[in-house]
Formats: sequence, structure tokens, C-alpha cells
Amino acid sequence: MAGAEVLRGVGVGIGLAVGPVVQMGRPPELPSSHRVDDGSAEAARARAALDAVSADLAARSLETTDATASAVLDALSMIAADPALVEQVEELIVGGTDAPHALYAAIEGYREMLTEAGGYLAERAGDLADIRDRVIAAVLGLPMPGIPDPGHPFVLVAEDLSPADTAGIDVGRVLGLVTERGGATSHTAILARSLGLPCVVACAGVLAVADGTVVAVDAGAGVVEVGIGAVRAAEVVARAAALAAELVGTAGPGQTADGHRVALLHNIGSAGDLEGVVDNGFEGVGLFRTEFLFLDRDEAPGFDEQRQAYAAVLRAAAGRKVVVRTLDAGADKPLPFLGAKSEPNPALGVRGLRIGRAHPEVVTMQLDALAAAAGDVPGSEVWVMAPMVATPDEAAGFAAQCRAAGLGRTGVMIEIPAAALLAREILAEVDFLSIGTNDLSQYTFAADRMEGTLQELLDPWQPALLALIARCAQAGQAVGKPVGICGEAAANAELAPVFAGLGITSLSMAARAVAPVRWALARRTLAECEHAAKAALSSATAASARAAAVEVTTT
Amino acid sequence: MPTVVQRTVTVGSASGLHARPAALFVKAAAALPVEVRAIVEGKKPAKTRSMLMVLALGAKQGTPVTLEADDDPDGQGQAAVEALAALLARDLDAEPD
Repeated sequence: MAGAEVLRGVGVGIGLAVGPVVQMGRPPELPSSHRVDDGSAEAARARAALDAVSADLAARSLETTDATASAVLDALSMIAADPALVEQVEELIVGGTDAPHALYAAIEGYREMLTEAGGYLAERAGDLADIRDRVIAAVLGLPMPGIPDPGHPFVLVAEDLSPADTAGIDVGRVLGLVTERGGATSHTAILARSLGLPCVVACAGVLAVADGTVVAVDAGAGVVEVGIGAVRAAEVVARAAALAAELVGTAGPGQTADGHRVALLHNIGSAGDLEGVVDNGFEGVGLFRTEFLFLDRDEAPGFDEQRQAYAAVLRAAAGRKVVVRTLDAGADKPLPFLGAKSEPNPALGVRGLRIGRAHPEVVTMQLDALAAAAGDVPGSEVWVMAPMVATPDEAAGFAAQCRAAGLGRTGVMIEIPAAALLAREILAEVDFLSIGTNDLSQYTFAADRMEGTLQELLDPWQPALLALIARCAQAGQAVGKPVGICGEAAANAELAPVFAGLGITSLSMAARAVAPVRWALARRTLAECEHAAKAALSSATAASARAAAVEVTTT
Repeated sequence: MPTVVQRTVTVGSASGLHARPAALFVKAAAALPVEVRAIVEGKKPAKTRSMLMVLALGAKQGTPVTLEADDDPDGQGQAAVEALAALLARDLDAEPD
């Protein structure tokens, strides 16, 4: 393969993909402003850009088969053609502003207004940023930002992907993801795991690859081969098919090569997430996020609605255990009926279990509805846990509430370092622990999960994070109580042997991550996993922890 | 100075005046021959043909909204206000597409 160039990055998962590169459309940059001589021509230019974007969004709204996406696109189309917006743009142009700057200023004005309004309206502010980028691209004659649609399958290349970008990803079209920036826990990596897409992040040089260049993405090796020929492409496709067959062949419960069991559970938001997964070696639900019932509404769901929704999940789980997390909301995930005021540090504010301080009725009704649902579904196995627990006292209080509601197995999430440090004392109050690695990383490293430039601190291989996880696992082993992981790190196939070696008893993840994690566990004995864990724990950096663990398990 | 016609109703839709109900409301306003304003206490009066201004009213289920149009001899303003008031009072979330 003469001419093939190899780019290295951080692989996410173990998959392989081959296909032509299509670069993500980048948000346009505003040119320097210029004086407007012909105001009416300039205004016509601005209106044409707004009309074009509105028409494009309306057309996509009609094309899409997903009713929710269609409604969102329709609303965006109406906003792009909004008469109040058009009027303001025209006023700015009459005042001497050129079309791109007038469009930018007018849309930004509305975006700020919605952001300040807070709550539901603040969520719409992101939509206005999307419209702004599209309209600016249109008026400057640049390609549209966002996920490209070349009409054939492709490998998507971007600087990084944000949650707003990823709504448009069609897994029928996108073969793999490669980003120049990002890290193992960035949004791109999370998305790749949940969609089961081969992915390489932090891949320097990939933005320079021309559209149409055929590349091979090897997530397991963290490598992208650029400009490969037909022979090499066929080889990689054959390897991908063999790997896929191997993954399918690893059905059954999660276990090491020598039969040490680590339950592989599912993270879900509703009963619908269990469709089609329950028969395939399904071991249960490790995280049922109940907040999906509560989002986008002005009133809390009532007892009967909750009872039905919980019963639907228990029925879908077909007698396997379901770990239900009580409402995890707060200033970072605002709910109108909680009347959350804005807080200077939402991540450190009134969220998770702390909601119960001002609104005890919310938690009480959840627990009562859950107990009723358990009664409605004979043979169901309900475990319940609270998010954002900081102290043994809070754990004891929650356990008492659960007992009062008639619920049996109660636990707490470990997301706060204080709770990890007192895991032993907390386990004296409850039956199990579930470690939320995303928040535990954020709080341990004092690094905002949303802050892209701090991603390396949030690498799940950070030895300090592994040490806290080890402390929880040891506390569980000492008293024979389960300690699982339900954060993003649980979906990481490379880390799974390390977690098994630390003594973690279950890993809970998106459905698509289960097969790769099962495969990774099955290749090692428990002794090898313990060696890898020890090697990672005694490292000083995330990179050396990963290297040490991988070396132990491959030699 | 032209007189105005007014009618105050409370929002009927469960999700308030945003998302789908707002889109239906703004589309209906755009189809009317005269312009209708929507007024919520403490907010800037909104042109009902503007999605952005209607959203910014932040009206929830039960919020009183005053609809207002200039009066005219043909009664078009009156008819427009009545039509939008009737739409606003319905629970549009509960109705099928």
C-alpha cells in the first residue's frame, strides 16, 4: 500500500471501519465588517440567507420520519423566517451594518434573551446558535455547518463533536468517527460507544485529510490508515467481519476466561430501551434513569403515570434485576416544577438526592410508585438507589425512606469523593454501591465535564480515580455487598479487565457496548485482571496506567 | 387613535406555549389577515406571527394571555382575536396530529 499514511490517536472501543472521509462542515467565521453602500441590496442578501436556511430546515422536517426530530426542524425553520428577526436585521442594515454582522447580532440578541429566560427557553438557545451558523454560512456562500450528507456511507471527520452536532448522525450512513481533538470521555467517545461506531479521537492531522480519501479506522489500535488501496481495504473489511462474528459468539453472562462473573447490565431511560436486548444473554438493568419521565414538562408526573412507567420497565426486564435511580435533576438539569433558582455552581448545588431537602414529596412519590409497580409485576426484582449522596447519614436517611415505602434492596451512587472515601461506612447503611464515574471524575479533579479543554483530567485511566474505585470495591468485598460501575467508564472495553481485577461486581452500559466489554473480559483470567489492576493503580499518570495494564494483559 | 379589541384567555396546552403548541399558534397567526399582539404581564408584548417573541412570553398552562388587535369596521380584528383565543385555550398537546 504505497502512499498510505498512518495517523495515531486514542481508540474508542474495538471496532474497524473502512470508507471515504467526509469532513464535518465547520462553523463559519465572520469576515471583518465593511461599509454598506446599497442598503436595500444588502437587506435582500440577508433575507435570502434567512429564507434559504428556513426552506432547507422545512424540507428536512418533511423528509425525516422521526416525529420529534421533524417537529424540532419545523420550529427551527419558523425561527429562521421569523418576522421579528427579519425586521431587526433590516433595521441594523439601515443603520449601516453589513448583512453577515447584522444577522449575527440580531440572532445573538435573541439567543441571549432565551438564555437569560432560563429553564426550557435556555435549552432553545442552542437551536439559535445552530441557526446563526447556518445563516452566516448561507450569506457568505460557505458550505453548511453540521453533519454532511454526501449520499453514500462515509467516515465522519471533525475537530470534535458536540451534543448538538450528533443529533444528525445516521448510523446507516456514518461508518466511523475520527476527531482531531477530544479524549476518551469526550462527547464524541460517549456517542461512539452508544452507537457502536468505531472511533479514534485526539487524532492529530486528520483534519488535513481530503474529502473522498479512503481510510481504515482501527479503534482497537487507535490508528487511522489514510489513502489505502483496494487490497488493504478488503483485508480490513474481512477483519471487521471476523471481529463482528467473534463478538456475536460471546453471548452469555459476563465472565473472565476462568469463569469469574462480572454482571454486564444495561443503562436505560425507558422500557423502549430494552426492546430486542432482553433475550441476548441479558443480565439486567444497572441504571434506569427516571428523569426522562420528568423532563420537558411543567408539572411532575403523577403517581399513576409513574407507577405505569416503572411497571413497563419491570415487565420488559422479564424478571431480571432493575436498578432504579431516583430523580437526578437540579440546576444543571432544570425542571420547572422544582422551581430551581439559578446557582453560581450548578454542579455543586441542589441536585440529585438534595432535591429532597426542599421537595421531599418528589422522592416519596417516586418510591411509593416504584413499590406499587413492583407489586404490579410479580417476579420482578427492584433495586433502588439515590444519586449525589455525600455522607453515611444521607445514605441512612435514604435507606429508611425506601424501607418505609416497602422497597427491599437499597443502595446509593458514589459520585462524590467524600462518599468514596467513606464507602465502608456507607455500606453499613445500604445493600450496594454503584459508582458514577462521570461525576466522580468531575468532582475528584475539580474539572467540569462540559469543559473540552480539561478532558485529559477526566480520563478514566487517571490513577486517582482508579484508587477511589478500588476503595469502594474493597469495602464491598469486605462485607460481601455488590459494588458496580454505571458511568461511561463501564462501557470501556479496555478498562473492563482492570475493574474486574479491582473487585467490581457489575458494569452497566449502553446496550451496544455490552458485546465488546463481554469479549474483552472473556480474554483474561481473573489473575491477569488483578495484575492489570495492580499495575494501573501503581502508576502516576493516566497514560502510564493504561500502558501498564495493557502490557500486563497482553504478555 | 384606533380602538383595540381584546380578549384574555388562559393557556390550555399542558406543555405551555412552547414546542408544538407554539408552532401551531404562530402558524395560525401568520394565516390571519391582521396582526394580533399577545400580552403577558411583565413581558414585552409579542407579535403573534413571531415564534421568537411568542416563546419569550414564557407562558405556561394556566398563564393568562391577552390577545389584542386594532379594531376595524369589517370586524377582522375581532375575528382574528377570537380565532387565536380559541386556539390558545385548547390543550394542543392532547390533540392528535
